[in-house]
Amino acid sequence: MKEEDTKTILLRVLFYLLVLVILVFNLFPFVYAVVSSFRPSSDLFSTDLFPKALTLDHYNQVFKDPRFVAGLINSIIVAGCTVLISLALGSLCAYALGRLPFRFKGPVLYLVLTMTMFPQISVLSGLFVMLKALNLFNSRQGLILTYLIFTLPFTIWVMTQYFRSLPRELEEAAYVDGAAPLEVFWKILLPLTVPGLVSTGLLAFIAAWNEFLFALTFTVTDTMKTVPVVISQFSGATSFEQPWGSIMAASMVVTVPLVILVMIFQYRIVAGLTAGAVKG
Amino acid sequence: MAREIDLMERQRRLAWFLIVPAVIVVLLVIGYPLIQVLVYSVLKYKLDGVTPPSFVGLGNYLFILTDSDFWRAVAVTLIFTFFSVTLEAVLGLSVAMVANSKFKGRSILRVAILIPWAIPTVVSSKIWAWMFNDIYGVVNVLLTNLHLIPQKIAFLATPITAIPVIIAVDVWKTTPFMALLLLAGLGLIPSDLYEAAAIDGATAVKAFFSVTLPLVMPTLLVALIFRTLDALRVFDIFYVMVGGQGNMATMAIYNQQWLVSFLDAGIGSAASVIILIFIMIFVILYTRFSKTSFQ
Repeated sequence: MKEEDTKTILLRVLFYLLVLVILVFNLFPFVYAVVSSFRPSSDLFSTDLFPKALTLDHYNQVFKDPRFVAGLINSIIVAGCTVLISLALGSLCAYALGRLPFRFKGPVLYLVLTMTMFPQISVLSGLFVMLKALNLFNSRQGLILTYLIFTLPFTIWVMTQYFRSLPRELEEAAYVDGAAPLEVFWKILLPLTVPGLVSTGLLAFIAAWNEFLFALTFTVTDTMKTVPVVISQFSGATSFEQPWGSIMAASMVVTVPLVILVMIFQYRIVAGLTAGAVKG
Repeated sequence: MAREIDLMERQRRLAWFLIVPAVIVVLLVIGYPLIQVLVYSVLKYKLDGVTPPSFVGLGNYLFILTDSDFWRAVAVTLIFTFFSVTLEAVLGLSVAMVANSKFKGRSILRVAILIPWAIPTVVSSKIWAWMFNDIYGVVNVLLTNLHLIPQKIAFLATPITAIPVIIAVDVWKTTPFMALLLLAGLGLIPSDLYEAAAIDGATAVKAFFSVTLPLVMPTLLVALIFRTLDALRVFDIFYVMVGGQGNMATMAIYNQQWLVSFLDAGIGSAASVIILIFIMIFVILYTRFSKTSFQ
């Protein structure tokens, strides 16, 4: 009996140690970046976890940098518009696929799922030439259009699952009362899918906010770059001297809002992330 | 009855009407560019605005397939894909099993594992590049202070040390995604199966191999497909951490450089097609494997 007890206690301790290791591995790089962003430049190269002094210098510096501010504005506009367009087009299409009689439903859904995994790199040169021809190269509109490649199929897929999961009775009652199909969508189903719209929109926003390949390839001037591109190109006075304090501060500015959103909506995000994969 | 038919007809018409806008966008951003890529891949097509495109047949493909830079990019990509996806699967399953058991602080763990996933890849790459900085990076300082290495290492300068660091960044960033998917899969396993295994006297290890693993396998396979497809087209991490070094280019970087640095849409497009074929081979392999193992 005594032996059993020590064994359970030992297992408990080992288990919590494992939890601790997971927590440290997940959080350390983030915490280290936060600390670095507040460390005075003179102290930047010390490795104490807790800095001797804190400073907002790096934050002041990045917000004085017109490239960073432009990048931030571009990212907000591009990611915001991408999400709005995907949700509008995607939820209409998802309503049709999830709720209305439609002949090629199976093949269309399969195609949508395939497109959610479509590698962006394989249309890079096609888009490059197309954007130049449409005069959308090096513009926010061009980025918004190309970002629909990955946000629209994803939105359609996840929202279709949402529409399918709603109870049929609500709709039927409305049809008996003589409502038109579009009215049923607008007045009855859409309000019920708000949680789905929020989580899908948030996931699409994160994807657009973090996108790098297209932004790097399809923009050239500082006024059109998005913030990941700006951060990747931050450089100091000489190429050997990277302004690490500013890079970390800029990184935190673009990351912390996302981390907070993710914490607030964690259950919905997890539901959205797993909806496609586990059921599909 | 007539009214019902009428309703069906109206719904059917509405369905088309609602699907059309999304279809147009998809054709514009995926369909049309994809066809263009196929066409460009058989052309000599410089984007300098001077030379008109001319037909070269399979010339671009032959060039790429005999280019040692391309094969090095393939090797780098495959090594990265194999190690990062394998590690992510093993660690993801471990984290999912820990997060699936009941203990105090479980909700903290579940939030903590979401943080690396929410951080933009460019940012995580910069953070890790800073941690592994050759002079001031925390890793070098700690290792030298503990006398584990005689002198500081320029981790990101050579493939032998840089690629493991890059794999670590990817594992750090995407293990949460793996863990979350697997956690959902673990939640579907009925607990009476474990009770039955316990009554039969199965050890925890045996229960894992005879209950957990087979039942979580379908979810694991889906997660593996997602991750493999992502890893095969890796661009951001390599570009940000070791961008300037040709000996550490991936297939996607090779492709992007032919297009942007050398303004050659012909070779760039042929590279895109080759990458697409690579990815399709993996998809076929996975679907074959999942079919044979679930029949």
